[in-house]
Amino acid sequence: MRAFTYTRAADTSAALGAAIQNPEAKFIGGGTNLVDLMREEVERPNEVIDINRLPLSQIEELPDGGLRLGALARNSHTANHLLVRQRYPVLTQAILSAASPQLRNLATNAGNLLQRTRCYYFYDITAPCNKRQPGSGCAAIGGFNRIHAILGTSEQCIATHPSDMAVALAALDATVQVQSANGQHSIPIEAFHRLPGDTPEQDTNLGHDELITAIDLPATPFATSSLYLKVRDRPSFAFALVSVAAVLKVADSQIKNVRLALGGVAHKPWRAHAAEEILTGAQPTAEIFRRAAEAELQAAIGYEHNAFKIELAKRTIVRALTTLTERHLA
Amino acid sequence: MSFSIEQILRGDLPRGGQSPPAAADPGLLPVSLRINGHDYHLQLESRVSLLDALREFIGLTGTKKGCNQGACGACTVLVDGERVNSCLTFAVMHEGQEITTIEGLGQPDNLHPLQAAFIEHDGFQCGYCTPGQICSALAMLKEVAQGDASLATSDLTKAEVDLTDEEIRERMSGNICRCGAYLGIVDSIRDVYEQQKGQ
Amino acid sequence: MKTKEVGRPLDRVDGCLKVTGQARYTAEIPVGQVAYGVLVRSTIAKGRIVAYDTKAAEQAPGVLAVITHENAPKRHPTKEFDPSDKEPSASPTTLLVLNTDEVSWHGQPVAVVVAETLDQAEHAAALVRVSYAEAEPARLSLVAEKPRAFVPEKVLNEKPEVKQGNAEEALAAAPFKIDYTYTTPPYSHNAIEAHNTLAYWEGEDQLIVYDSTQYIFGVRKMLSEMFALSEENVRVVSAFVGGAFGSKGRAWPHVGLTAMAAKVVGRPVKVDLPRKDMFYMVGPRTPSEQRVALGADAEGRLQAVIHTGTTASSTSNTFAEHFSFVTRHLYASANILIQQKLVRLDMVPNTFMRAPGEGIGTFALESAMDELAYALRLDPIELRLRNEPGKDPTMHVPFSSRHLKECFAQGAEKFGWNQRNPEPRSQREGPWLIGQGVASAFYPANKRSAEVKVHISIDDTVVLQSATHEMGTGTATVQAQNAADQLGLPVGKVRFEYGDSLLPKANGSFGSTTTITVGGAVELACEDLKRQLLRLAVKHPSSPLHEASYDDLEARDNGLFYKDHPTQGETYAAILAREGKDSLEAQASFPAFLKEKLEEMAYSFHSFGAQFCEVRVHEDTGEVLVSRWVGVYDCGTILNEKTARSQFLGSVTMGIGMALWEETKWDLRDGRIPNSSLSEYHVPVAVGLPRIEVHALSIPDPHTPLGAHGAGEIAVTGAAAAIANAVYHATGKRIRNLPITPDKLL
Repeated sequence: MRAFTYTRAADTSAALGAAIQNPEAKFIGGGTNLVDLMREEVERPNEVIDINRLPLSQIEELPDGGLRLGALARNSHTANHLLVRQRYPVLTQAILSAASPQLRNLATNAGNLLQRTRCYYFYDITAPCNKRQPGSGCAAIGGFNRIHAILGTSEQCIATHPSDMAVALAALDATVQVQSANGQHSIPIEAFHRLPGDTPEQDTNLGHDELITAIDLPATPFATSSLYLKVRDRPSFAFALVSVAAVLKVADSQIKNVRLALGGVAHKPWRAHAAEEILTGAQPTAEIFRRAAEAELQAAIGYEHNAFKIELAKRTIVRALTTLTERHLA
Repeated sequence: MSFSIEQILRGDLPRGGQSPPAAADPGLLPVSLRINGHDYHLQLESRVSLLDALREFIGLTGTKKGCNQGACGACTVLVDGERVNSCLTFAVMHEGQEITTIEGLGQPDNLHPLQAAFIEHDGFQCGYCTPGQICSALAMLKEVAQGDASLATSDLTKAEVDLTDEEIRERMSGNICRCGAYLGIVDSIRDVYEQQKGQ
Repeated sequence: MKTKEVGRPLDRVDGCLKVTGQARYTAEIPVGQVAYGVLVRSTIAKGRIVAYDTKAAEQAPGVLAVITHENAPKRHPTKEFDPSDKEPSASPTTLLVLNTDEVSWHGQPVAVVVAETLDQAEHAAALVRVSYAEAEPARLSLVAEKPRAFVPEKVLNEKPEVKQGNAEEALAAAPFKIDYTYTTPPYSHNAIEAHNTLAYWEGEDQLIVYDSTQYIFGVRKMLSEMFALSEENVRVVSAFVGGAFGSKGRAWPHVGLTAMAAKVVGRPVKVDLPRKDMFYMVGPRTPSEQRVALGADAEGRLQAVIHTGTTASSTSNTFAEHFSFVTRHLYASANILIQQKLVRLDMVPNTFMRAPGEGIGTFALESAMDELAYALRLDPIELRLRNEPGKDPTMHVPFSSRHLKECFAQGAEKFGWNQRNPEPRSQREGPWLIGQGVASAFYPANKRSAEVKVHISIDDTVVLQSATHEMGTGTATVQAQNAADQLGLPVGKVRFEYGDSLLPKANGSFGSTTTITVGGAVELACEDLKRQLLRLAVKHPSSPLHEASYDDLEARDNGLFYKDHPTQGETYAAILAREGKDSLEAQASFPAFLKEKLEEMAYSFHSFGAQFCEVRVHEDTGEVLVSRWVGVYDCGTILNEKTARSQFLGSVTMGIGMALWEETKWDLRDGRIPNSSLSEYHVPVAVGLPRIEVHALSIPDPHTPLGAHGAGEIAVTGAAAAIANAVYHATGKRIRNLPITPDKLL
């Protein structure tokens, strides 16, 4: 790990000021991903700005009945907040299915969104990787790509975003609150992460001189009927092969509201709009679930070791919808 | 310095730890850490992890390095009562916090109930992951007491935990035991949980 | 002798130190003035180093040395570990990295950086630039190399081929047969304590090495060869070892490099391998491809048994993992064909991993037995029982002890095997398909050599000394129990000193040999001590033992007493006091007598077991959960119920990992290991394991010390097959390629 200057920011403007002054500086919150990447010399900041003393750890109700999750609230705190558990169980489950309790105690909400891919080759500085070193090539495309993307890939990059939490946030239509020197603005979660395209080095649309202050969850009464289903190679403490965040409201044998997002399949949490469109208004049957899943995965491209994810994703969507429907009937 | 095998096997060794550099180095920061109720004043580079500060600089080697990337849990310590991976955080970030390591629990002649239970149920073999397991278990029992959920919790709206084996296993999945002493670990934790409940 | 301590579930004698964090493992020994070493990995698999750029590293703060093959002091060649040597070296290879510009595998060390602090050394190591000439395409695939596979000279100390009768003809003629290929991937041991070494020199020729090893004298031998020192001038200490699992039976390149670096910088140097190096610089279990063909008559009697296949070794070592050993001893058949082949790959030298040989061999054989049982429509346990051999089918000598039938009988009852409907895909619970599987467990009960010194003081404290190892196996505890019984003392009086080459010599602790080997030496040393004590007593008419002969006596109540007189005898303290002695000691070697050596040849020494499991397979996602496990093992007398149980539980756990989750992935383009981390190499965690139930028959083997066998590996064997068989029962899908990941079941 390269030596760096440690700056402890007392408030948000000091943190932003330090970042504006030094384009090589990095914010540190929980550090669970950044420290690891620094140790591997994938990230080489010459300055680390510690933002942990900023007052951004609150979780509070918004006037419209939504919730505001502080950027620095720890993942474990967020998952266990009673209002999150009651109103957005999909989010609690997604967070609790990620990493380990120790890591969730360190990891912050903002850091979770900003974590980088777990692509093996991204992590190994001796391998070519367009995300780490633009123009150097992609070792994953012809290499071991079991954990890689099947949707929205480019010839430059087939990495996935590793977050579980962000998948639930995508299904919940969250917005990311961002502070910059110019003021506060918000970015819808779907516009926050990017597809790799020709610029895989950019994971998100957040600028270097911008700081996430909170994540807002809109009031979503039907989100009480939601779940997060994660399929992985080891039944705990492993990244997703495929995951599904599903929110479903069924009334009078009809799907009134549905939100679906997939994890482990793309460079960003994958909101399944095509599937949602087919499902909305339909009767909740196994056939329609399968049809919706087929539609969503229609454009999927498999590689040597991850082609199975296409079928697995379809089945996981169906399983998630079936489980929620059964709960409605019960 | 030469040590006899008798000394080593008895655990009768000086604390060790890296001595602070003689000359003032501009790369070093004064870092004060409060560990197990004692204050340690160190001169560290900002890049020193909390784990390396404990093991290499202070000589508190009870906290173990397994993977140095948060994937095994051997380095688990408590920071303000919460369990964290000390390998993935910089020491300097923890000034002003209460750090508890395995050395801050019980001593051989006065074991913490979890330590005693791990011996009774053989919740380890080689013992290397054990300090992390025990620190993790200690915090876990606190989390259970405050009603925190896990992925094994069936009803998230209920703030009370039914501590099944499945719950213990899920809550301890951040601590790898390559010897495979998981059953002993689960039973140790259950044993102490029942003791606490009985009180 | 009355058994008091042996068998008892005594708590580990090192338990208190381990649970309080006071046990100091290798990297924690507080040797002062330590410098930190970090190794640089090669990024090609085959070729030569053309040039280094070490400038940035050398100028980085705190750096004491950047050692490359260009400036490294040359070391002397060492012999590769050879099991036929009386005292084999622990060197895994003949290659001396950094002696030449040669690169033999991806990740081979190509430089050592030493600095004042760990962070400084790590960063400087990342600044070293190396350029290479890749001579020829690297050979990285076992499958691609198969056309060049050869039959090695030997497999461990055995012949690579066995031909009995004509198995191919018998197979062709058999009315019922199966013939399939099974594969196992490379696996990495991944002890949670990484391999690490702390070395320093005293003067020119005294080398002190703290090393996390399960083979102290092998490390000493290697280092003495490497640095041309007499063995006495090398001290190797390995007290607390944080898991070993076979890989710590070899001294990987970092061991010699650490000692070399300590010489270069004139200070103690510590190298604690980063987890990534644990994949690149520590050898894995070989991948294997095995064919098993079985032919049977209508009653299920095996007419033909064929077990052939290929494993890999590196270009710098030769270890043909003995997957075929199980088939040489487990089932009776007149026609047996066994052949092992080897390919050479540009890989880190392969090595033993917990239950080497049998671990992977039983996956193939015991899966095949299940397939044959289905072909015959015969219960798989019944099939095995019908092929119980009267004596060892290829050695043609009796078994020293064999109770496989009892294992199956007990296991079947505890598991409820008889309620099982053999029809595949016949049970489900919601989306979960349920199945039960069974397999035999099998592992040799070999002995090695050890010396033990026993020292008794007038206050009855006993110190045992032997340079054996305690990696969590329980050795320190069970041998204290053993000595307590041999001497008729409370176990609290016994202290066992191990883990230091200054102590009497012991062989490496691998192959489940330590319990009997060290146990036998403890027994002999204690006997010698008691005979010495008796000789002191009989000289004196005043001694109650004046007239006694050794065979009249037993050790109890801290002394020697007549077997038939509960109170007549004398305490050790009294004997010593009369002589004006404070203490007495004795030393013995095992095996001591020709009798034991002859017995080795007269019997087939093996342990057995029956593995029963239940799995749940998610019909949509292919996820597999092991929901029940019953294992019953036949490995002689159990010396400590508690520590033996943990050995079984840990072995089953490792077997489950091997079956479902673990695989060291090799990128066949360049030898890179993409999943070289514990987040991507999935060892078992607490979740996904059932409440594993293990039982031991504890029937003494009449031909081993204490009637015991080692217990550390038997329960790995057969585990993967039991799971694959249960998965077949649950789903109707036979998975012949480990690990059984969800994609294979979609």
